Amino acid sequence: MTFDAATLDMLKTGIWETFYMTALSSLFAYIIGLPLGVILVVTDDGGIYPIPWLQKILGVVINLLRSVPFLILLFIVLPLSKIMIGTRIGSPAMIIPLTIAAAPYVARVVESSFRELDAGVIEAAQSMGASTWQIIWKVFLTEARPSLFLGAALAVTTILSYSAMAGFTGGGGLGAIAINYGYYRYKPFLMWVSVVLLVLMVQILQEAWTRLSKKGDKRIR
Amino acid sequence: MGDPIIQIRHLGKEFRTVNGPVRALQDINLDVNEGEIFGIIGLSGAGKSTLVRCINYLEVPTEGDVLFEGKSLAGMTPAQRRKTRQSMGMIFQQFNLLAQRNVIQNVCFPLELARVPKNEARTRALELLRTVGLEDREKAYPAQLSGGQKQRVAIARALATNPKVILCDEATSALDPNTTKQILALLKEINRTMGVTVIVITHEMPVIEAICDRVAIIGESRIAEVGTVSEIFAGPKTKIGRQLILGDAIDQVRFGRSKRIRIIFDGRESTEPIISNLVLSCRVPVNIMYAATRDINGKAMGQMIIQLPEDENEARRVVHYLDSIQIPYEEVGENDI
Repeated sequence: MTFDAATLDMLKTGIWETFYMTALSSLFAYIIGLPLGVILVVTDDGGIYPIPWLQKILGVVINLLRSVPFLILLFIVLPLSKIMIGTRIGSPAMIIPLTIAAAPYVARVVESSFRELDAGVIEAAQSMGASTWQIIWKVFLTEARPSLFLGAALAVTTILSYSAMAGFTGGGGLGAIAINYGYYRYKPFLMWVSVVLLVLMVQILQEAWTRLSKKGDKRIR
Repeated sequence: MGDPIIQIRHLGKEFRTVNGPVRALQDINLDVNEGEIFGIIGLSGAGKSTLVRCINYLEVPTEGDVLFEGKSLAGMTPAQRRKTRQSMGMIFQQFNLLAQRNVIQNVCFPLELARVPKNEARTRALELLRTVGLEDREKAYPAQLSGGQKQRVAIARALATNPKVILCDEATSALDPNTTKQILALLKEINRTMGVTVIVITHEMPVIEAICDRVAIIGESRIAEVGTVSEIFAGPKTKIGRQLILGDAIDQVRFGRSKRIRIIFDGRESTEPIISNLVLSCRVPVNIMYAATRDINGKAMGQMIIQLPEDENEARRVVHYLDSIQIPYEEVGENDI
């Protein structure tokens, strides 16, 4: 079976839509999630700036958001998209629910990277008179860098797979093609083509982040 | 040796745990003088690591205070404490270098924190790397260094901000005996040439003997005794003191039942055959159970444990003899070791 020009165009658009939904949602999810992850570690009991009540409340809110199934969250949040960007359908509208779903996930991924840090190194920085901000900038973000990149691979691929559900609510991308053609119109070939393309995108993203992580890691010699 | 640079006053620390409060330190009083090498020795769990962390307020004590150059750390704001910490370098058992930074970047790190201009920091760091003998490894990463080299980098890093005091928390406990010797020699050199006060926390008596001027023995959360190393060595007053000094004798010797005496040779009597004379003049046999010579601040200090005869009159004769020639000795009880 060969593709006609229209199908090829549709797939190209699908790849592009999936790519920018994932990229922008990841970006926004990190803008929100990274500081949250920092707060989770820093304000914890025994952290470098303990505010246990804040840490607990934040933890509960993150768990709440993470326990809502994405498809449900999608329907709940789309009205917000309508208010914020004027539409509830199409790929741009998906970015808001994707960000809301991914930010708490990112916060947890980032948190686990920071928790792996050697407590002795943080103590050493404190013994030199480092302030809380200096420890966050110069120890957390730099010493945990390889682990943060691996976490990013995890987060971005998860966001990509979430984006594939956009098809159910009128969003675009490869997932929409798979759902619209494979599920609603029973054209399994096109569905498989979309799925293979998604798999390829995940592979490429994972590989890229892993390489970035290894390349920057000075512990391996 | 100057005035006290660090004064610890009625310091106490209690940790809250799920199993209730745990007392780590109880009424600690110590003065550390400017320019000296001060040792704090104790067995694991005695509270020495907590104590050293209270000195720079990495652990906030629950009672008492620490004075640094006469200024109370308890009365300082967090910002003032951070500033004070720049005058107190610290090195650790596990080195705690930043793994993602190379050697020179590690040494520059405290200067970066203190907002010293980059060029100035680099010059200072290179100078310190020469001091610790690692000028050719400035671009290496910690993963490429041996333990001894890592500790040298840590020492250079601790010295970067020109501190007046260096706190060493079990700094040689992860190193082999040869490397330990080199690192101790380096610390002593830094103390002598730069005048930096050094506080050494350890569980190993040889470390104290090698470099310390004075020593505090800590046991069960309290200071058991304080004095110059030769004083403590010649006459430990507490059980924990004897345990630490006789440490290596314990494994090697099985003691009989009769009275035991520890004789201390402080180098004066090196020409006199004391044991032979003792046996000849008292006409009783003594059993030598343990003997060792240690170098304490360049002075040869010997110790020997002898077992006296079972017969009380004979034992008394030996003790009288030791009294008459004025050699320091002490009885070692069964419970002491």
